Amino acid sequence: MSENVWILGIHMTPFGKRADLDVLDLAAEAALAALKDAGVTMKDMQVMGYGNLRGGTSGQSLQKQIGQTGIPSFNVSNACATGSTAMRAVIMAIKAGEADMGIAVGVEKLYGAGLLTGNSVGSGPETWTPTGRNGAIKNLDGFIGTSGMAGLFAQIGLAYNDSDPRADFELFARISEKSHSHSTLNPNAAYQNKMSLEQIMNDPMIAYPHTRSMCSANCDGAAASVIVSETKLRTLSLEQQRRAVKISASILASDPWTEASQEFADVSTVTRNAAVAAYEQAGIGPDDLDLVELHDCFAAAELVHYDNLGLCEPGGAIDFFNSGATWRDGRMPVNVSGGLQSKGHPIAATGIANIWEVATHLRGEAGPRQIQGAKAGMAHVIGLGSSCTVHILEKSGL
Amino acid sequence: MSIPIVNYLVLEPQPHLVAQECTACKAKFFGRHNACPKCFGVTFAEFEVPTTGVLKTFTIVHHDAKGVPVPYCAAVLDCGGMTVGGNIIGVDPDPEIITRGMHVQLKTYSLGTDAEGVEAIGFGFEPV
Repeated sequence: MSENVWILGIHMTPFGKRADLDVLDLAAEAALAALKDAGVTMKDMQVMGYGNLRGGTSGQSLQKQIGQTGIPSFNVSNACATGSTAMRAVIMAIKAGEADMGIAVGVEKLYGAGLLTGNSVGSGPETWTPTGRNGAIKNLDGFIGTSGMAGLFAQIGLAYNDSDPRADFELFARISEKSHSHSTLNPNAAYQNKMSLEQIMNDPMIAYPHTRSMCSANCDGAAASVIVSETKLRTLSLEQQRRAVKISASILASDPWTEASQEFADVSTVTRNAAVAAYEQAGIGPDDLDLVELHDCFAAAELVHYDNLGLCEPGGAIDFFNSGATWRDGRMPVNVSGGLQSKGHPIAATGIANIWEVATHLRGEAGPRQIQGAKAGMAHVIGLGSSCTVHILEKSGL
Repeated sequence: MSIPIVNYLVLEPQPHLVAQECTACKAKFFGRHNACPKCFGVTFAEFEVPTTGVLKTFTIVHHDAKGVPVPYCAAVLDCGGMTVGGNIIGVDPDPEIITRGMHVQLKTYSLGTDAEGVEAIGFGFEPV
């Protein structure tokens, strides 16, 4: 039996426009605050996991700003699951017995990045030249389907449950209405203004049925967590033990072969596999969860993941949402932070930020948006291509 | 002289798509593979994909990278049991017109001519 692992300290910076800070400033803000929250210093860290997808920085460059103790850094790149993958690396190192404490950091500067699509097409070539495994003579985005994320997830949502016609524009807009309502209670969210259904549906269309406010918000942000072995935790102060959060399950999976997966990104099978494995590892089921933060990079994604994570009956995500279950006063609150659509999505920070949200509720420290009496929660993240992390966290009983 | 947009679009005698089929497990996919992602086999045969299909899902893209003409309808199709990605063409990109379950047919069109006079041929799917 490998060692149990716990979150000793965790922090998420405010998400939004952080023009005065560079990538390392943001990473340092999160890391130093997580260390302070844990009541330890860089001297106690034996391993680092680091993710920064677009900024070109590494764990070593962060260490030069906050403490060069010579510890290894696993610099990971796993699309939107980068932060949670960095944390998974630290968890594995502790479970393997090679370290008893480590830190994971995810950071991104994304404010004003605009639409994230495939490559720019540019002007045509002088002569058509086949390149790559498909012998493509030009960038295929827009010519053979779309490689834009808003369109890709639109297709995933409209295909839900054998293309159920009730999965329509208004349903997805109502999911975003929930996100933009929840974030009004989150002072760290990039957007904190409530939006009406009408405002959401009348926003500029990006990729039908996703309008701008139904897409994840590009912003700056970072999150960091200090992970500790249970053996080490039991040597620390009672206050540290009381505030620690148990990592009951930590799963990282890739998309397995399915007939469609090479033509049409499959975020569902990988999520289903990761969720089943997480429930088994944690020894609890969906009915035991008090809140879920799932990867709502677009409104349509949230719907399919209700089902993929087993939060509802198979095929029942539309009825489940329509019942009001996933609102903060419902029986299974989902994305009470505002989610990626309204809290924001600084790519490599998101994985740890979702875990921070759940951990903060389990500690009873979520302020006005606190889910009262929360004892267990789940954090789910998807990286397109596709990878998935699922973490199940439980309140300390120490 | 003409050249297809991708090597899995075959123009003669009639335009159609060609997939790689694993000779061991019959899994199908487009483009060159080092081994079968399903069973790890390393021998492949060519599989002629039916030119008709059913629209499984779609989106209408209004904002895309610079240079991509918008709006357009990107779709995922079932062509004889194989999942195929492509645009819906020959019809307005309007969700009132394009519906899930719609039957479609492969069509080709010109993407223009390069400096040496070679015409590039693209493909899409038209409602039937």
